[in-house]
Amino acid sequence: MGAQKKGGARVSDDTEEQTRQRLQAILLADSFTTKFRPVTLERPKVLLPLANVPMIDYTLAWLESAGIEEVFVFCCAHSTQITDYLQTSSEQQSHPNLLVRTIESHRSISAGDALRYIYEQQTETSQIQGDFVLVSGDTVSNMPLADLIREHRERKKKDEKAIMTMVIKKSKPSPMTRQSRLGTDELFVAVDPVTKQLLHYEVDHVRGSVCLDKALMESNPSVMICNDMQDCYIDVCSPEVLSLFEDNFDYQHLRRDFFKGVLGDDIMGYKIFTHEIGSSYASRVDNFRSYDTVSKDIIQRWTYPYVPDVNFSGNRPLKVGRQGVYKASDVVQSRSADVGACSVVGYGTKIGNGGRVLNSVIGNGCCIGADVVIEGSYVWDNVVIEDGCEIRNAIVCDGVRIRAGAVLQPGVVLSFKVVVGRGFVVPAYSKVSLLQQPMKEDSDEELEYADSSSGTADRLSGLSLEMESKGSELGPDGVGYIWEVCEGAHDEEWKHSVAPIPEDKLAEIIQAMEDDDTEDEIVPRKSEELKSDVDSVNTDVNDPGDDYGYFEREVEGTFLRAVEEGIKVELGILEINSLRLSYNMESADCAGAIFYAMMKLAVDTPHSSLRELSENASSIIAKWKGLLGNYVKHTDEQIEVIMKFEEMCQETARELSPLFAQILQVLYDKEVVQEDAILRWAEEKAGADEADKVYLQQCEAFIQWLKEASEEEDEEEEED
Amino acid sequence: MPDVQSMVLEFVNKLRKRKIEGSQATARCTVELLKSVVSHHRLPRANQASALIDAVRGVGAQLVAANPVELAVGNVVRRVLHIIREEDLSLATAAVSELDFNGEGMSAAVVAAAARSTLRPPSLQTLLEGTTESATVPYTFSSGVDSESKTADKSSITQKLKDDVRGGIDQLIKDITDCHEQIAEQAIEHIHQNEVILTLGNSRTVLEFLCAAKEKKRSFRVFVAEGAPRYQGHVLAKELVARGLQTTVITDSAVFAMISRVNMVIIGAHAVMANGGVIGPVGVNMAALAAKKHAVPFVVLAGSHKLCPLYPHNPEVLLNELRSPCELLDFGEFSDCLDSGSPLVQVVNPTFDYVPPSLVSLVITDTGGHNPSYMYRLIADYYSADDLVM
Repeated sequence: MGAQKKGGARVSDDTEEQTRQRLQAILLADSFTTKFRPVTLERPKVLLPLANVPMIDYTLAWLESAGIEEVFVFCCAHSTQITDYLQTSSEQQSHPNLLVRTIESHRSISAGDALRYIYEQQTETSQIQGDFVLVSGDTVSNMPLADLIREHRERKKKDEKAIMTMVIKKSKPSPMTRQSRLGTDELFVAVDPVTKQLLHYEVDHVRGSVCLDKALMESNPSVMICNDMQDCYIDVCSPEVLSLFEDNFDYQHLRRDFFKGVLGDDIMGYKIFTHEIGSSYASRVDNFRSYDTVSKDIIQRWTYPYVPDVNFSGNRPLKVGRQGVYKASDVVQSRSADVGACSVVGYGTKIGNGGRVLNSVIGNGCCIGADVVIEGSYVWDNVVIEDGCEIRNAIVCDGVRIRAGAVLQPGVVLSFKVVVGRGFVVPAYSKVSLLQQPMKEDSDEELEYADSSSGTADRLSGLSLEMESKGSELGPDGVGYIWEVCEGAHDEEWKHSVAPIPEDKLAEIIQAMEDDDTEDEIVPRKSEELKSDVDSVNTDVNDPGDDYGYFEREVEGTFLRAVEEGIKVELGILEINSLRLSYNMESADCAGAIFYAMMKLAVDTPHSSLRELSENASSIIAKWKGLLGNYVKHTDEQIEVIMKFEEMCQETARELSPLFAQILQVLYDKEVVQEDAILRWAEEKAGADEADKVYLQQCEAFIQWLKEASEEEDEEEEED
Repeated sequence: MPDVQSMVLEFVNKLRKRKIEGSQATARCTVELLKSVVSHHRLPRANQASALIDAVRGVGAQLVAANPVELAVGNVVRRVLHIIREEDLSLATAAVSELDFNGEGMSAAVVAAAARSTLRPPSLQTLLEGTTESATVPYTFSSGVDSESKTADKSSITQKLKDDVRGGIDQLIKDITDCHEQIAEQAIEHIHQNEVILTLGNSRTVLEFLCAAKEKKRSFRVFVAEGAPRYQGHVLAKELVARGLQTTVITDSAVFAMISRVNMVIIGAHAVMANGGVIGPVGVNMAALAAKKHAVPFVVLAGSHKLCPLYPHNPEVLLNELRSPCELLDFGEFSDCLDSGSPLVQVVNPTFDYVPPSLVSLVITDTGGHNPSYMYRLIADYYSADDLVM
């Protein structure tokens, strides 16, 4: 890997230096997204309870027991709430071996901003001395970090450019699993199987295909492409990472921008490595679906020892019973109430007669009436649920009151202190809050709310009074606004909610997968794109110089789309121009590619006879000559088109070969190809082999006519 | 004091995060911590013993709450409390005998007997000693010491109590450290030539026990059940082989098949309860049942710090701990079965097993071999009745 060995003396110095370094971590206590709205408008995400313990406690407890000595908690939105919480927990000595420092900034709107802010801070104070672990405050894990950090340091010593080690974990490869578990898109990573260097990182929003740069294949003897990996968002970084963010001020997202920058643009030759964890657990709570999944994993004890019956961070431990039921010692449960498998019930909660709780988490101090059904839901603290309510796959935040007979359909999120009216049915996937939906979809919003948080309480009380007087969207005696689902996000609702994926959506995904499979079978693997087979270890190196092939296909795709969607010629030109720039092609190449695409379309259009085919071709040429004409301004380019045509007739589209002369004439008629070009082509071809002359002979008459015509013209000119 | 406080916190933290494993290690850490608590505690003038007891009890409650499954912590705390009471008592007896010298008319023997009866539950032995008036003697030793200490040198008495307690704790530390050797000494009486011994899981005590027999030129074979899912048996097998013992590793499920060839089952206990029931590594109950079926002796080795004065039916006692399912299953392979909604797969990974006393043939502690039904008596020697509930 071209490791740059340093002098022996330096290395020994380094080891001494590094043994003295404290293990440090940066914890981003803000996800810079809006996926947990409307809940995050009132409370930061890291303080939301996971099985009745705030998320940040899982992260801190894990960091502490993994041997981290100092953690910098970066707070942005609701920073006062976070600092207050950390203050009290440090007073309680929840994490005695961990020095927690907070960094506040209200201007940061992305992880990139946060790291830049930290960089600025630390140039003044230089608190971050060496390698650090970068995690977000919603990480739940029990993996050991010591080995990982050692591995990173050793690699760094050998190769100065190895600035980052990211943690990945194996999970089932099917996109369905990914959807149903974490609600994330498919992830492709390409890794060097020997050095574990990360070569490519791509999150696929559409489906099942990945594009690799062929240079990657050239420079690496073997590449492992995996689509069964889960990104744990745990990174060990060297200080260079911070300065990289500082230098590239447009980096926002850790993965989208930073990885793309380092891997794609090859900045200073920096490298990222991967570390696969075996049996330990690591996951990130990214959206409501992963909130659900991670909660289940905690209840199933994958995160041991960070489970509800262990006092790992000053939480009050619950007692664990059969079938994963965790109950506080003072729960008042009616004899006829049934708390089923995989449930957590917190301190001071009362469950009335005939209640049924299954697969759910119920917080502290809740009061649940008679004949209430709670399934697959997350009920936080001090919630009052009156008799006969039905709650399925919902999240109910602190202080909510659900009046008798109300029903929450799957996927509902009730934010703090909402009141659901008597007998009201909250429709599926709706999000209800006391705050009105912000108009601007922007992460700044959270900050604004946070800044004015002192005023929020007053506003809220005023609001609830006002609403109670005139009734609300939640029934006559309810309080709260139902948020509208914004355009485009509708599709995402089912993906990211706590509700199980509806049957029809599941069927759709399965269908899509099957389609993919059949496609793969029918289409002979024309495209050089690596259809990612599971774990396919691809060692073959693509044909160098195949850039043109890619380009040609891209142009073809663009052209077909233009035809299908009836895009204007000017727009088509723009698109193809951009392709030309990105692939660094001549306009002659464009002309060839466009013409190829046109002819291919003609051949692919259903036709019964040669005559029809020729009509097809000429109509297409007539229609799109503007597009082609843009690239055939010079004779050379026109010749290129003719050569391309000839090549096509010989190789890919033999059907066209009898029509060569006809179509050439059409091209001439439509003024795509000038006579000069045809004549020069004929001259060039005159000296070629017999086999190459087939087409020349075919259009001999036409050329003859052209020659005569030009001679006549000449003569006429002379006569003039 | 602040340094003790931080030590306590540190240890509590370790217990909480399950960083210390094994009852012996835990017991040693606990007793050393309690020793420093005792030596750093400032004693008031009055009621020194009860002040000390309160201090130890306070720390002990924190430790027990931190990891209720590790019963050794509670045991050691109670042992220390018992030591404090006994030392206080012996000081009091000395003081009373002085009083007696001044002619207050109460024999030291009577007081001592009375004291003993308050410390220990009535047993045949105390009844037979025939001090009938003992029950009526008021128990005011600490106060007695105080009234007396007005004339005596206060600081010396304060020091005396502390020194005595510290001495007692040192003895306890020594007991805990030496329990392996003490138990191993008895090996020769139990293991005979050409026998086959079955064991399960990994226990230092068992290892030392077997090796002691080997050193005495006994030749025998050992079957080691691997102890899934943590496979501690593999570790034990390795060590046995390193010490030159003939070892066979079998799966846990093969225990019943092999038991007919076994002469004795020896296991190391996690804890021995007051009724003689034993808590051991998971799978032990199955081995005990198999042994019972084939009338093979089932022998349990336990250092005295593993004797727990509680009964297993006590709801306050947590007998088991469920560990992560990752020891059984590969998360990646099973992640789609663990789908949200309602997971159909449940993984239960308990750490311990409870063996009822009827299946245990013998419990060997550092004081010798005992029948499980005798455990309550041993426990009465080590613990005060007052400390059972902390």
